[in-house]
Amino acid sequence: MRITVTVDGTSYTDDVEPRTLLVHHLREKLGKTGTVVGCDTSNCGACTVHLNGQSVKSCSVLAVQADGGEVTTVEGLARDGQLHPVQQAFRDNHALQCGFCTPGMIMQSIDLLADNPNPDEEAVREGLEGNLCRCTGYQNIVRAVRDAAGHMRPGAGPEAEQVAGGERTTTGVGGDS
Amino acid sequence: MTAMAEPEVGRARVRKEDERLITGRTRWTDNIALPGMVHMALLRSPTAHARITAIDTSAAKEMSGVIAVYTGDDLDPGGEVGMPNAWPITPDQKTPRRPMLAQGTVNFAGEAVAAVIARSAAEAEDALAEIDVDYEDLPVVLGLDNAVADGAPLVHEDMGTNKSAEWIFDSAAAGSGGDVQQAMSSSDVVVTRRFRQQRLVPAFMEPRSVVVDPTAPQLTMWSATQVPHILKTMVAMTLGLPEHQVRVIAPDVGGGFGGKLAVTPEECAAVVVAQKLGKPVKWTESRSETMVSAHHGRDQMQDISISASRDGTITGLKVDLLADMGAYLGIVGGGVPVLGAFMFNAIYKIPAYRFSCTTVFTNTTLTDAYRGAGRPEATFAIERIMDELAAELGMDPMQLREKNWIKHDEFPYTTVSTLTYDSGNYEAATAKAMQLFDYDGLRREQAERRARGDRVQLGIGISTFTEMCGLAPSRVLGSLDYGAGGWEHAAIRMLPTGKVEVVTGASPHGQGHETAWSQIVADQLGVGFDDIEILHGDTQSSHKGLDTYGSRSLAVGGIAVVKAAEKVIAKARKVAAHLMEASEDDLEFADGKFTVRGTDTSTAIQDVALAVFAAHDLPEGVEPTLDSEAVYDPENFSFPHGTHLCAAEVDTDTGQVRLRSYVSVDDIGKVINPLIVEGQMHGGLAQGIAQALYEEAVYDEFGTLTSGTFADYLVPSAMDLPSFTTDRTETAATSNPLGVKGVGEAGTIASTPAVVNAVVDAVRHHGVDDIEMPLSPMRVWRAVHKGDTAAGGPGAEAGGGLGSIDSAHGGAQ
Repeated sequence: MRITVTVDGTSYTDDVEPRTLLVHHLREKLGKTGTVVGCDTSNCGACTVHLNGQSVKSCSVLAVQADGGEVTTVEGLARDGQLHPVQQAFRDNHALQCGFCTPGMIMQSIDLLADNPNPDEEAVREGLEGNLCRCTGYQNIVRAVRDAAGHMRPGAGPEAEQVAGGERTTTGVGGDS
Repeated sequence: MTAMAEPEVGRARVRKEDERLITGRTRWTDNIALPGMVHMALLRSPTAHARITAIDTSAAKEMSGVIAVYTGDDLDPGGEVGMPNAWPITPDQKTPRRPMLAQGTVNFAGEAVAAVIARSAAEAEDALAEIDVDYEDLPVVLGLDNAVADGAPLVHEDMGTNKSAEWIFDSAAAGSGGDVQQAMSSSDVVVTRRFRQQRLVPAFMEPRSVVVDPTAPQLTMWSATQVPHILKTMVAMTLGLPEHQVRVIAPDVGGGFGGKLAVTPEECAAVVVAQKLGKPVKWTESRSETMVSAHHGRDQMQDISISASRDGTITGLKVDLLADMGAYLGIVGGGVPVLGAFMFNAIYKIPAYRFSCTTVFTNTTLTDAYRGAGRPEATFAIERIMDELAAELGMDPMQLREKNWIKHDEFPYTTVSTLTYDSGNYEAATAKAMQLFDYDGLRREQAERRARGDRVQLGIGISTFTEMCGLAPSRVLGSLDYGAGGWEHAAIRMLPTGKVEVVTGASPHGQGHETAWSQIVADQLGVGFDDIEILHGDTQSSHKGLDTYGSRSLAVGGIAVVKAAEKVIAKARKVAAHLMEASEDDLEFADGKFTVRGTDTSTAIQDVALAVFAAHDLPEGVEPTLDSEAVYDPENFSFPHGTHLCAAEVDTDTGQVRLRSYVSVDDIGKVINPLIVEGQMHGGLAQGIAQALYEEAVYDEFGTLTSGTFADYLVPSAMDLPSFTTDRTETAATSNPLGVKGVGEAGTIASTPAVVNAVVDAVRHHGVDDIEMPLSPMRVWRAVHKGDTAAGGPGAEAGGGLGSIDSAHGGAQ
């Protein structure tokens, strides 16, 4: 099947097998290896990206479902060398060690902050429940997300993530927020 | 002396590593794609023990994109290749051959049986379904007691036994203490318990992956490994390759926790296949594959007795372990429980000690090092039984510990298990922890809740732990029959422009070596933190090393860096003296500058580096280089310690445990970077708490791993863990010039018994004196209401909780 997906601001048209998962399309066809695969039961969240402004586990979306859509990965967050506030906060708060869960964790954190610009600790923990980290014990991740919240105006994300009309729809994919 | 700039060591530097990792500019092994690369997929045995009577690969070979299909006999016709076990713990240890792909029999569910090589990973995976294997079932051996019972069926028939080895330490024989039987028979109190260390999965987030490129004379192998140097040597030895024609690269590695301290059948098979085809080959596992085929950890049955006089003075300690190795021995295998032998006596003065350990084969995935490797098991048992002894004596558990621990003025102290603890201050760490925790206040609340019969009971758990890390003095490893030494290598390259490259043999996979090593070198050489690059993980640039495990990177590898820096300065001093026409003895080195004492004449080390590069004007007989290397072999282990306190609320109606507060005060010696230390503590605590409350690798009676996905194996999420209060006290290690001890495993080692002690303490008035881990709501409830503290034997049930579905059995079935 022929699909067109805009990923991190670039439009790509490709023939894909119907069974191809979005994450495999991103990694193998488009070279977007910043997004990773950590499990095969959609538990770990390492592959989380934004599809049309909403976080999804890209292992749970078929590439063909993204046809015509706009995807933002962790590689598309920084602008002109300027880190996204959540990226900066992860660094400042030592919210990563091996860094394998980090792309998904950052993408989910941005989604969480879009829904709740000023989450308390409990809300952050709840919002990240679908993303596993084996290194940090989550404490510094929680700290980073709350730190980022303080640096972001309500609901702010990079322009690439703003959906036309700005309306967020609930898809039930990725995260429990 | 001129005033020093603010030292880098001790600063909470944000990590150099992070910028790439937070922007997705990563180099995981699975990201690597080479021209002409083909993909390998492995067919794994669905059955735990069977004879392979036939394998038909013809249909698979006809599938689209399939280039080749191999069986074990195809890869190793002579049946000679076996994965290495580097630690035969006794001269008569039984070590079965572990092939790349099963030959003749399969010995655990998940063992690889055949390999498909195809154009794409998906095509390789598709073709697996077309391979037809005939299995003739053999009796399945599961559970330690079953495996060692008389007449038990055998995992490896030709061995005649399921026991691999028996390793004994006896303080009477060693001359380090008395006879334990004698001590126990003459003591007022003897407490005996059987504790089960359930089987765990390391669960590093990055699944394993390997890429082998055979297209140059020197074969290159990328692997998601903790041990590129060991892998290079072992792959050469195992497959009979010339070692100089193997290059191993560990690029970005997504966690290990001991789980990637291995030389695997998958890595070796990829090499053989790549050589056969003359093409680059990639293998990346799925999470479901990791769960059954990467080694597990823990899995011991611990019989432990402690004796004491009425006043609480410990008189003897006796430990008998059965340790489940799974179907084969991994690279460290039987050595894991042996490491624990030195830690059961912990921080206490124990006059008589006997330890025995029998390593046992079962038809399960093999076990090997997992964060702490032997020391968490030992710490759990001693810290649990200290609480039981306190209960028996009617003493406060902290008072009992205090009565028996080594006092701060008694260091250095040689223990009953013959280790010499160089430094420590258990009183200081405990005092700080008690104050942060509000021990007295929580004890009061506990009494109130008990008095009013509150549904939610409060318990306090203590763990005053120590560990041995910085593995290890080579001569000690030699005395334990370990196959290698414990030194580490470092090299420093002074570049003409004044920048510095530091080569380290330690191989990070999330720890932050690049940052910490830069801080160390910045102070040693007086160069800028940002002017230093750390090279690691590629045997071509870092040709020598013993890699990262056992909290050894800083305490051994970091010291090698210091020693290399000292050599750079010694070389530079000669040249600086020559350039300034001064005597070497008159030079002071500080802040990166050599200054002629009593003058303002000075030259920077960067200027010396440039002068050496030009080499126009060097003193007679001086080589034109400042580059230096050092190999450091530690004289002793290091001994971090700490006091951990846990307050747990237990809902006696539901069995639900909630950790109300967790305080850890650790003494890890001098700290290079407090931010990294705090992160290591948090992550370590999470893994130790997860063992106490959530995680268990569960087998059904057929030997199928039923907790084989992240839906069933309960790696805790952010919702499942509390916020920790972590703090430190500091006594410098005297065994190394930085005074560092190591922090990688401390949290995991200490926290498990603190949590279990807290839960048992909360419900002890219900007659509960133990609950088997993980402390699922079902198990806690049953202990409270039915007095049933065992889980029903190994393999009977999973931990229950987040991903479990069968509440009748407390877990996934």
